[in-house]
Amino acid sequence: MNANVLEKLKVLAESAKYDVSCASSGTSRSSKKGEIGSAAGWGICHSFAEDGRCIALLKIMLTNNCMYDCAYCINRRSNDIPRATLSVSELVDLTIEFYKRNYIEGLFLSSGVVRSPDYTMERLVRVIKDLRLVHRFNGYIHMKSIPGSSQELVNEAGMYADRLSVNIEIPNETSLKILAPDKDFQSVFSPMRYIQQGVLQSKEERRKFRHAPRFAPAGQSTQMIVGATADTDKDILRLSSALYQRPTMKRVYYSGFIPVNSYDNRLPALKQPPLVRENRLYQADWLLRFYEFKVDEIVNDAYPDLDLEVDPKLSWALRNPQHFPVDINRADYEMLLRVPGIGVKSAKLIVTSRRYGRLGSLQLKKIGVVMKKAQYFITCHELGIRTIQELTPQNVRDLLIRKPARKTDHRQLILQFED
Amino acid sequence: MLVFIYDKTFEGLLTAVFDAYNRHTFPDTLIEEGEILPLFCEETHTVITDEAKSSRVWHGLEQKISASALSSLTVCWLSELPGIDLLLFNYIRKAIDAPKSIELNFGDPDVLQLAKIWKQINNERLRVIQFLRFQKTTDEIYFAPVEPIYNVLPLTLEHLKDRYAGQKWLIYDMKREYGYYYDMEEAREVRFEEKERSLLSAILDEKLLDKDELLFQQLWKTYFKSIAIKERINPRLHKQHLPVRFWKYLTEKQP
Repeated sequence: MNANVLEKLKVLAESAKYDVSCASSGTSRSSKKGEIGSAAGWGICHSFAEDGRCIALLKIMLTNNCMYDCAYCINRRSNDIPRATLSVSELVDLTIEFYKRNYIEGLFLSSGVVRSPDYTMERLVRVIKDLRLVHRFNGYIHMKSIPGSSQELVNEAGMYADRLSVNIEIPNETSLKILAPDKDFQSVFSPMRYIQQGVLQSKEERRKFRHAPRFAPAGQSTQMIVGATADTDKDILRLSSALYQRPTMKRVYYSGFIPVNSYDNRLPALKQPPLVRENRLYQADWLLRFYEFKVDEIVNDAYPDLDLEVDPKLSWALRNPQHFPVDINRADYEMLLRVPGIGVKSAKLIVTSRRYGRLGSLQLKKIGVVMKKAQYFITCHELGIRTIQELTPQNVRDLLIRKPARKTDHRQLILQFED
Repeated sequence: MLVFIYDKTFEGLLTAVFDAYNRHTFPDTLIEEGEILPLFCEETHTVITDEAKSSRVWHGLEQKISASALSSLTVCWLSELPGIDLLLFNYIRKAIDAPKSIELNFGDPDVLQLAKIWKQINNERLRVIQFLRFQKTTDEIYFAPVEPIYNVLPLTLEHLKDRYAGQKWLIYDMKREYGYYYDMEEAREVRFEEKERSLLSAILDEKLLDKDELLFQQLWKTYFKSIAIKERINPRLHKQHLPVRFWKYLTEKQP
């Protein structure tokens, strides 16, 4: 290990940072004698970068040389950026030494495509195999599966990695072909299918033999770029919802498009990455995964895009006032989840607490319900407050998006200076 | 006003519960021996901590609430918050008097309050696990100073012993001035003498560090800087996730 690694680390981290995923959850492994580390199923973030994103894994590329020329990617062939390649031993050393100092939970390894997808994939597999078998590393490993790599290599990677992922990047195939001429949906979805087959097969085997090896126990994830193409939120969320139907898909990440190659006129020129839209998509994603919403309830042909002013759940509630108000003391859990201002935690607390007695608005507030929103959508055993039925959805919307005017104290003397 | 005086130990608190039921009188406040009595104090009772009495209360509670609720009582005790003893006393009293377990009745202010305190302590425990940073010293001991707001070091040992089983480490609570040293067998409580304590600081002196340690700190700092996306810089979110009070001990936040 020497100072020359410092420069490589800088270059390769810069290249890897546009991958969003940094989750370290989904696998629990306790340590064994002679091995290094463990994995915590709940995931630990060891630091947060200045953009507020979690740093749980050493997110790095093996090399940022790439033979592809994808318009949205910083590492495309035609970009003039510093290129570097880490050797296997350097990468292994970095991972283990960082891990021992409690900097990271494990490794997130990806790579630019060199020579061929299989050649690149083979080198990635060699690194994680080395970590697991030679250095007995027990921490979390997330590995990118290279689009277009063969099933044998994906199968081998699944033996050592906790999570495998393939990025879709662009939610429809025609746009993908325009922006990334070397890729197509086939090359993305076939590794996804291999991962799924591997996981399901290993589950089946573990049912028969308790010590059969685990295959990518934390499943797979993927990522889509938001705002690089004209796709609506409906297209994006329909695709995510279809992906979540598959048994091993754990997370779909959305990444607000950052124009890293501003000279390419196939891409829109944005001043700011579309952060609000990205946030709304994540909220909608949560509704799909934890709030038992169907995708057509959130976005459909009449409302193809998410409302940027209000969150998707509130937006659904305002469009469907016939379901409200909900009686907190009687409604079932599924209905409580649909009330704006009540999350999974408060819904669960309400369901357990109301067995002991009826709940009032004061208790709801203490439990953690956001009464500012929820008050228009609920009744409890107290005298009714004005709900959405009396106020009409439009008025509720106005009340909720109104920004409080800045308070001015009229007794305060204001001095006006001449320029 | 009835005041119970006890020795500020958890066993003492349980003995106070026993005494209260024994005397059929319940205290309005609990204070430590030597503390100044409140105004309008009509009667005091001094609790003498008794192993037998406290364990009887504990076994009684086992019949009333689940094991996880019991463990959350001891966790809340570690918060060292003012007034936590009276809150626990009231909770235990409610638990004993109720015909069925009260632990899920979050409509009750005491139950909810205790649940919130438990949550805060657990969050602090997680933050210590997240943000402690080991520095490798010349004698191959990985050293990490911390300064949590609650006394959560004992709660982190389980995780750390599992995670770092193959290395010697020492975590030290700079505020409460004690720590745990793990020698690859078990974790033992340690306290530094006055003289040695001057050696301890947020970032150790270069003389005490392993020869490669500074390089790895430098590598980690570089990585931390490179991984942030400039177009998305968000100091508010950054501070929300990574509270400023931890920065002193974070390698990546050092200049």
